[in-house]
Formats: sequence, C-alpha cells, structure tokens
Amino acid sequence: MTDQEILDTLSRTLGDLLADDSIALQMTTRRSDVPGWDSFSYINFIAAVEMELGIRFGVADVESFENVGAIVRRIQALKSAPK
Amino acid sequence: MQWLPAAVNFRETLRAAQSDPAWPSRLARLAGLSRQRLGYLEVIQLDRALAAVPADARTGLTPVRLAVLASSTVDHLLPGIRIAGLRRGLSVETHIGTYGQYRQDLLDPSSSLHGFRPQVILFAIAAREAIASIDVTASSEETDRRLDQTVDDLRSLWREARGTLKATVIQQTFLNTAKSLFGSYERLVPGAPLQAIHRLNERLARAAAADGVALLDVAYASERQGLDFWFDETRWLQGKLEIAPQAAPLYGEWLARIVAAQRGLSKKCLVLDLDNTLWGGVVGDDGIDGIVLGEGNPTGEAHLALQRYAKHLKERGIVLAVCSKNDPKIAEEAFAGHPEMVLRRSDIACFVANWEPKSGNLRRIAAELNLGLDSLVFVDDNPAERAAVRGELPMVAVPELPEDVAGYTRCVADAGYFEAVAFTAEDQQRAEQYAANASRDAEMRSSGNLQDFLAGLSMTVSFGAVRDVDLARVAQLINKTNQFNPTTRRYSPEEVKALCADPACIALQFRLLDRLGDNGLVSAMILRPGAGSGILCVDTWVMSCRVFGRELEFEAMNIAVEAARALGARTLHAEYIPSPKNGVIQDLYANLGFQPLPAPQAAAGSTNWQLPLDEYRPRSTHIARSPQ
Repeated sequence: MTDQEILDTLSRTLGDLLADDSIALQMTTRRSDVPGWDSFSYINFIAAVEMELGIRFGVADVESFENVGAIVRRIQALKSAPK
Repeated sequence: MQWLPAAVNFRETLRAAQSDPAWPSRLARLAGLSRQRLGYLEVIQLDRALAAVPADARTGLTPVRLAVLASSTVDHLLPGIRIAGLRRGLSVETHIGTYGQYRQDLLDPSSSLHGFRPQVILFAIAAREAIASIDVTASSEETDRRLDQTVDDLRSLWREARGTLKATVIQQTFLNTAKSLFGSYERLVPGAPLQAIHRLNERLARAAAADGVALLDVAYASERQGLDFWFDETRWLQGKLEIAPQAAPLYGEWLARIVAAQRGLSKKCLVLDLDNTLWGGVVGDDGIDGIVLGEGNPTGEAHLALQRYAKHLKERGIVLAVCSKNDPKIAEEAFAGHPEMVLRRSDIACFVANWEPKSGNLRRIAAELNLGLDSLVFVDDNPAERAAVRGELPMVAVPELPEDVAGYTRCVADAGYFEAVAFTAEDQQRAEQYAANASRDAEMRSSGNLQDFLAGLSMTVSFGAVRDVDLARVAQLINKTNQFNPTTRRYSPEEVKALCADPACIALQFRLLDRLGDNGLVSAMILRPGAGSGILCVDTWVMSCRVFGRELEFEAMNIAVEAARALGARTLHAEYIPSPKNGVIQDLYANLGFQPLPAPQAAAGSTNWQLPLDEYRPRSTHIARSPQ
C-alpha cells in the first residue's frame, strides 16, 4: 500500500465514524484538527483501522501517535513486518 | 455472525435508506440492513441512521428502555445493542450509569438512572473486582465465603433494581480474563484467579435461578468464539473496554436476544426443507433407498445431526414444520420408510410438500399453526430459496447455511433464534399439545359440526387464583401472547407476584383439559380496581392460541364475573388496544356482552367497554368446571 492509499483508508474510516464525508487526512493532520475526533472516537478509530487492515497496534503505539503521518508510518512497518 | 447473509453495497443501501423521506419505508430499509452481517464500523453507521428516526415514527417496534450499569467502559457497545434490537423488532433506548458508580446511581432516587425509568437493567461487572479480595492461598471454604459475599452483594443490587425501579434484571456472567498460574493444575486450586472466577460464575448462576434473574452469558460466549475475540488487553489498557470492539455487534445480539425473549419475540417454530437439508440427495429422484442419511457416512451423519438438533428443540417446546418442494406422498414416505430417520412424521406439526413458491407455503404453515410469520425460522440449503423467502417475507428468519453440511446445525444453533427466559412444564408438553391439536382439527373436519365437536371433547377448566407455582408460566404467557391479548401489557414475574398479592386485585389462571390431553395453563386474567367505587378493570387477559375457538373465553369470563362479585364489584371495565397481532379478538368484549363506552383520547382505534355485573347472564359452554 502506498502512503496515499493508507491515508485514503484512514480518511474513509474516520469519515464513516464521524459521519463526515469531507474528512481528508494529511500526514500532518493532528487529532485536534478534526472536529469530533475525541478520545472515545479515537479508540473506535484505532479499532476500526485494525479490523479494516488486519493489523494490531501495540499499546505503546497508540499512545504515541503525534499525527496521522505517524499512524501511516506505523501501519507501513506493521504491514511489512514478517508475519 | 455467520448466520446472517453478507451485506451487499452497504454504503449505497444505507445512503438510499437515509434519504428515504417516508419514515415507515426508511425504518423497513434500516431493519433490512440490520439483518445483514455487519462489521463494527457499519453497525455504528447504521445506528446513527436509526437515531435519526424519531421515537413516534418507529411503528411496529417494541420500545424498551435499557440501562447498562457497568464497572468498565461500555459506550462502544451501545450501537451494537440498538441495532441487534432493531433486528429483533425492538426500539432500544439506552442509558449508561456513571462510570463505576452503579451502586450510588441505584440508591440515589435523584440520579439520572432513576430519571431514565429503565425497564431493563443490565449489570456488567468485571471479574477482577469481584475476586480482588481472594488470595491465591485461600482455602476452598474461604474462597467460597468471599464469592458468596460478592454474589450476595449483587443480589442486593438486583433487589434494589427490581424493587425501587421496577426493572427486569439481566446479569452478565463474568468474563474470565484471568491468566493461568498453575496450568492444568489450576482447577485444583480454589483461590487461583482463573478458578475463582469459574466458581463465581457457578454461584452466580445458582443465585440467578433462585431470584429469577436472566443471565447474559458472555463467559460461555467467550468459550464459543474464543476469549481473544471478546477481550483485547490493549483496548482494556487503553480505555478500560472489557468487551473488545470487534465483539460489540455480537454482544449486542446476545443481549437483544434476551430482551426480545422477555417480550415474547423469540422464534417459536422451526420450518425445515427436506432434500439436501434433512437428508442428502433428492428423494423424488434418488428414491428412499438413495438418499444419504445415517451413521457410517459423514454426509449422512451431518444431516442426522441436524435432525437430532431439531428433535431436541422440539423436546424443549419448539414447534417443527416441513416446507419442501416435493411430491407430498414421497416426502411422507421418507419419514415413515427410512430406517435412519430421527424425526418422525408425528414430530412435525405442519407438513407442507408441493411445488408452490415457499413464501406462500410458509404463510400457510403460520396460519395453520396459528403463529405469526415472525415466529418462523426457515432452514433451507438452497441459496435461491433463501433469497426468495427473505425478499417476500422479511419477517421470517432465514439462516445463511454454510456450503458444508457439517456446519448446518452449528449455524442454526449460533443464530440464537429460540432464546428462552424460562423453561416450564408447558414448554415440555407443547409438542404433544400441537400433535393433539392436529387430531382435534382432524376430528372437527370429520364431524363437521362445531357444537358436536366441542361436546365430544369433554372439556374441563381447572382454575383458581395465581399461585407462586404458576408465576413463571403466567408471566411467560403474559409476555409471549400477542394474539389473544386485548391490552398487550407486559409484566415481569415480580410484577405479577405483586399484583397477585394485592387484595384489591384478582389474578386468575385457567387450565384446559380434554379427552385428548391436558392443554396446560393456557389463560390468565388480571383485574385491578378502576376509577370509581365498585369498578374492576380487565387490566390483562391472555389466552394461548392453542385453545382458540373452544369457548374458554366465555367460561373464563363467567368465572371472572363471579370472582368480581365476590370482591364486591358492580361493574367490569375493559379496553381493547389494537396491535399488529390482536385483530382476531377485536370483537371479544362485544361477543362477551360488554357495552361500548365513549372512546378515550388514548391510542387510535382503542375501544372501551363496560359490563354491569347485575345484568350479566353466564354463558352456557361445553366446558365443565373444576375449581382448584
């Protein structure tokens, strides 16, 4: 998956979650930039992304995502890691 | 939830539903989506679309106010609960207690919980709290003593919920997330956490049985799907989610099954296809000797397993029917002539084999058994037949059987169509009663004269006040009966008990016996004081559809009038509130000699009636009396 494909998946997932089709996440987007992306919908988002992409974030990962770019990089790493 | 068909074009279908301007058809589209296999995110989206439908536009759904009192985060479970409710004809309004404050919420009459007026309260407590005080070195006695304290504490919460809030209680079993300390030796160490939680669940079940509390058995569910599916350590650490998000739709389904069962919305009849469902092959082509069924052949054993399961369901009171595209003579011969058949022809209450579309045949089965179409489950191996029935009759449950016949039984079992909240003597006899009904119908057809038929049945009504021993069955009847139910009021067993104990009320139960068998406790009536002296109201009156047309309503009213007079009443009041299912008795009170009263402002179509007791002349019936 390219970074853009992952961004598209994340945008669609968050858009479905928050009922907002206009959401277009960038690598630099922070949670505070998106209205309604509170801590509860963040957990929902992480869970939905895991189910969508078939990956598992670690508990430390989840705490430390400073922006969407960090999530994309982590997904790339998880996807390329040997199963 | 593999028994639900896969969602097709979820996004587009949801959008189309959301832009439907008419509430009834929008609701029908959303309900249709709820009957498809949906993921976590899809359930959240569907729930949001449902939330846009105002409560007064949710016609046809039974409203339920459900409070979840939990010691962990449960917010993420609510969409799954509401959507599973929609799947089962419920409109579920939810309330979550203050995080970790369920005790205070219960005890404080000014809490938002009390303001919500819940009809159902679910207690969802994490096991780690419940066993916190148990040391791994604790003896068996010490462990049990502490577990009993935990259970006693829960029972006092149950009492509070039922007594003060008049709510029905559902208690979640404890998800056993403890880690093994000893390996297989664990079972021999009473104080080890894994074992302590196991023992706790056993004690919880005993308390629930004693108190009449329903259990939401997530402990069993986690054995069924695997603990890792239900519990995710990361989510627990991240947000104290005891139930993993991926399990949320299934959790909602398990809970909604119980809530629906308490309201009489469980399925009642299993309708089975024959060829390639009950046996392998096509009996019309292959002949009785050619079908694959029985021991010694893996496919034959798989079909046999489904037959055994159906037989077990029949033994617990589920009605069986057959709906098959077949020559009726050949189909019946397979039942009589194949030595490996577990199901006998006499197990099948309604047997329809012809070449007509199955949707019409299912209508016929429902009509002959006097059941609603939404009480039917239709099991067919043929995807085209399943799709046709789902399209024509969306209210009939049609499990999406897997390709492999080995999975048929599991699919039907996992779907949880027949969730129970009680298991009474009547349930155990139901199959025989349906069989006896079939022979009564046959006799009536042959006698041709209703009066002769009724006279020949030698009927006796055994009746009296509702006793403690009758409570479970009376509550079941009140909550399951949809047709002969003029007010469709539902009461929990504890509410029924309270009404029975009230000296101003009359609570009667009626059993009907006849030459062909004991029909069991088939009717109950509750009279409450009305507005004005000397007035009693028929608050609730229910009768099993098994005894329709037997004049029991007349004899029951004769008995009720005598009881009302004995209590000093001069007038009976009654009301008929139309529901989608009780049209069959819209003329009940007129037929019983009641006089119409001016229509109330209440629900549209409701009628009110009165019966001056000094004018009442008992109706003569073919039913003899046997007071208990």
